Amino acid sequence: MARLNMVEAIDQCLLQEMQRDERVIVLGEDVGRDGGVFRVTEGLFERFGPQRVIDTPLAESGIVGMAIGMAIAGFRPVAEIQFSGFAYPAYDQLVCHAARMRNRSRGEFTVPLVVRTPYGGGIRALEHHSESMEAVFVHVPGLKVVVPADPYEAKGLLASAVRDPDPVIFFEPARVYRAIRTEVPEEPYTIPLGKARMVREGRDVTLIAWGAQVRIIREAAERLAAEGVAEAEVVDLRTLSPFDHETVIDSVKKTGRAVVVHEAPRTGGFGAEVSAQIMERAVLHLEAPVVRVTGFDTVPPLAKLEDYYQPDVEAVVEAVRESLRF
Amino acid sequence: MAPPGTAPEKPDRTPDSKEGGLGLDSASQDAGLDCERLLSLFRCMVRIRAFEEHAHKEFLKGEMPGFLHLYSGEEAIAAGVMDTLEDDDYIVTSHRGHGHLLARGSDPKRMFAELFGRVDGYCRGKGGSMHIADMSRGFLGANGIVGAAVNIGTGAAFAAKYRGEKRVSVSFFGDASTNRGTFHEALNLAAIWELPAVYVCENNFYGSANYQSDYMKLKDIADRAASYGFPGVVVDGNDVLAVRAAAVEAVTRARSGGGPTLIECKTWRHWGHFIGDMARYRDPAEHEAWLKRDPIPSFKAKLLAWGVASENELAQIEEAAEAEMDEAVAYGKASPFPPVSELTAGVYKEDRP
Repeated sequence: MARLNMVEAIDQCLLQEMQRDERVIVLGEDVGRDGGVFRVTEGLFERFGPQRVIDTPLAESGIVGMAIGMAIAGFRPVAEIQFSGFAYPAYDQLVCHAARMRNRSRGEFTVPLVVRTPYGGGIRALEHHSESMEAVFVHVPGLKVVVPADPYEAKGLLASAVRDPDPVIFFEPARVYRAIRTEVPEEPYTIPLGKARMVREGRDVTLIAWGAQVRIIREAAERLAAEGVAEAEVVDLRTLSPFDHETVIDSVKKTGRAVVVHEAPRTGGFGAEVSAQIMERAVLHLEAPVVRVTGFDTVPPLAKLEDYYQPDVEAVVEAVRESLRF
Repeated sequence: MAPPGTAPEKPDRTPDSKEGGLGLDSASQDAGLDCERLLSLFRCMVRIRAFEEHAHKEFLKGEMPGFLHLYSGEEAIAAGVMDTLEDDDYIVTSHRGHGHLLARGSDPKRMFAELFGRVDGYCRGKGGSMHIADMSRGFLGANGIVGAAVNIGTGAAFAAKYRGEKRVSVSFFGDASTNRGTFHEALNLAAIWELPAVYVCENNFYGSANYQSDYMKLKDIADRAASYGFPGVVVDGNDVLAVRAAAVEAVTRARSGGGPTLIECKTWRHWGHFIGDMARYRDPAEHEAWLKRDPIPSFKAKLLAWGVASENELAQIEEAAEAEMDEAVAYGKASPFPPVSELTAGVYKEDRP
């Protein structure tokens, strides 16, 4: 089986979905002739031509707004926003239209749209180029929010997103793009939205993350095991909306402890929702308060300070120790 | 009908052709400027070029974080416009903003410190290349969001007018940014309230990887001004005196209560959209033709022809700029990284004394 990085896996998925369904159209800034700023759409323009791989003007609200209309009118647009920090002009379109069209029309019509966008730090950029603002989209009823952790996951989850009847925001962890390779089957496959993944079984503590942080909690779990501190269970949420609380709650009922990790700012981050759900559904099983390991309530900084901003294995291990000490 | 995104086959986009033509008479006059003024324009452009070349070199060494968007090739615009401004005027610019800062008098040492992410930078090393601000010079910031300058600059123009000040606000932005809804909103506001705003479009013909005719039907972006009801002019952005002459007119209009102007400067970036972008989307013939229109050698030739300075004197200016930027790089690198406490400082006022 081929070992692909996430860029290749997503590219392959888009190619196969476009082959499978001629209603699938890719559009965005530089996605065509240039192959995308991160080269994710490389080869699609040559394969499908300018009618289905469309270079748009630089205008995010225009891209997403038009994609909404295309989706209502029967297409399956996959719009790319170059960095998630550039998505805010399109936020209006997503919140005011994409998210509520099904409800507004009482199911008469829907918006089968995917917005793909790289997010998160670790690429030595800052601000708009490194933000992790998934919670801002999770809060909007009617949007689905998906964050793949590795290449295999990305291909299967994106296929589901493209085939999904509702609008999906697909956050691609920029730092994972070329950092790791996993085995990715050549043939198309789907991973259902709304179902978390049990990455590692354990009994002492549940580690919960999504996207780029899954690798970190996994490493933390291995270190905790190697040092004889704890056997950690590792849960990759995969999709934040819908949120598979069952997998999380079942795990926490077993382990009695939970650590949630995200690189987004702490206040109002999705970790707060995870923590609240655990409190509501499993409080009597808890041996310690839920611990959050997060970014800070600040704008992602440049270079050196980013090393402090980002949660790392060390911070997760320390959070587990804190939970165990309680 | 051609499908969306279809470009004409192999168009000739060299500067003097029909497709890529400037349609301009670039033979600018010396505008009655004295020798010192002419040399200061030359010095300004040379310093910007030297800064960008140093930044490029350091970036390729891998010592500079973030993204780097070079201004090389567009120096005549920053030099020509800034020369017409007063000390208290406002300036807002884009991700390609080093040239505007230097032309405004900002210190290349502190700029390099910022590019290296060091504490002596203009933003204490937290902003990097794309977000340098220098309030001491009315410089309200470079900005990582394409076209952000037009809205912020419009607000600054409103403030000046509201307070009855004679200040002008100049916004710099690229060609592709004029397709954003925000551009329309800002220019319309400036028009209805007759704000003292000057909008300088640096049209280098490419919005990232796409040629102008791929993303707009207009040949001249200046034509957009007509839809807001104020003047729009096209100038050869590689001719510092032509830029300066257009800026004098626009700034005078703004300062005297005549409202906004859109100046479109046709120019060329010598490098890709950012360093790392190999600009394979450009036709080599087009690129070569534009390099021959490099604003610095062409102005240098004029200065020599007019007897403003000798070959030797101009060479000294170039050497001085090199030495200045060597020193600025060294200063930037010697500055320490910001302390960890800086991470959460400055989000709100109370975070910093």
